[in-house]
Amino acid sequence: MTDQRVSYTLDSTLETVDSAENTATRIAVEAGFGEDEVMQISMAVREAAVNAVLHGNAYDPGKKVKLEFETTSRDLVITIRDQGKGMDPAKIPDPLAPENLMKTSGRGIFLIRSFMDEVQIHPSQTGTEIKLVKHVPGPSGGAKEASQ
Amino acid sequence: MSMKTSTRQVDGVTIVDCSGRITLGEGSVILRDAVRDLLTKGQKKILLNLGEVTYIDSSGIGELVSAFTTVRNQSGDLKLLNLTKKVHDLLQITKLYTVFDVKEDEAVAIKSFK
Repeated sequence: MTDQRVSYTLDSTLETVDSAENTATRIAVEAGFGEDEVMQISMAVREAAVNAVLHGNAYDPGKKVKLEFETTSRDLVITIRDQGKGMDPAKIPDPLAPENLMKTSGRGIFLIRSFMDEVQIHPSQTGTEIKLVKHVPGPSGGAKEASQ
Repeated sequence: MSMKTSTRQVDGVTIVDCSGRITLGEGSVILRDAVRDLLTKGQKKILLNLGEVTYIDSSGIGELVSAFTTVRNQSGDLKLLNLTKKVHDLLQITKLYTVFDVKEDEAVAIKSFK
């Protein structure tokens, strides 16, 4: 497979969330992922985009979300960057803890980590960058057995 | 496909047939409004039929939790019916599957309401 990279600069709107999800679905299908993995990738990207639009940029029309997809023979790497104040991943409560189980929010990062093979969160004062990696299936990829 | 709901009454239980996507924005709001509307009318035995729900995100999960808590706080009961594999798996990994009363058969579900 030829390495491919595409990037998008998007507004801080709910339409961006849907667009990011749809683009992730298309690229994951093109990369050869199966139905379950495509759903996992698209949901992880959707959750990351929600975080960028709502919690990062707080719907600020002056701030953008940058979305990048890089497909190699081994991995699909997706980077989502916002222009917010920076999210501290250490401060995100465990949504599986009994005291948090019935909370109505706070599951986005947990779902992202559940669905992707690697997740890196890089907060800074100028925004948060989250990098999602899914190993491409097939002989040249590093796919692992689906855990679901 | 956006979220749609329709309601029907069976033996004192209100069944809410949901279809489409329960996601941040319109989908979550439609579900929230539907449950609030039922509670306003005094209909507190609610069975959410999710058989035609194609997608749910973390906001949608939060909305299900909110609906469950809201109904319980008003001495009602909310149960889930016909989970798709996707929704089932999501509730499993978020440890919510055992929190909700999940049913696979409508008749059995209706009888389970006191």
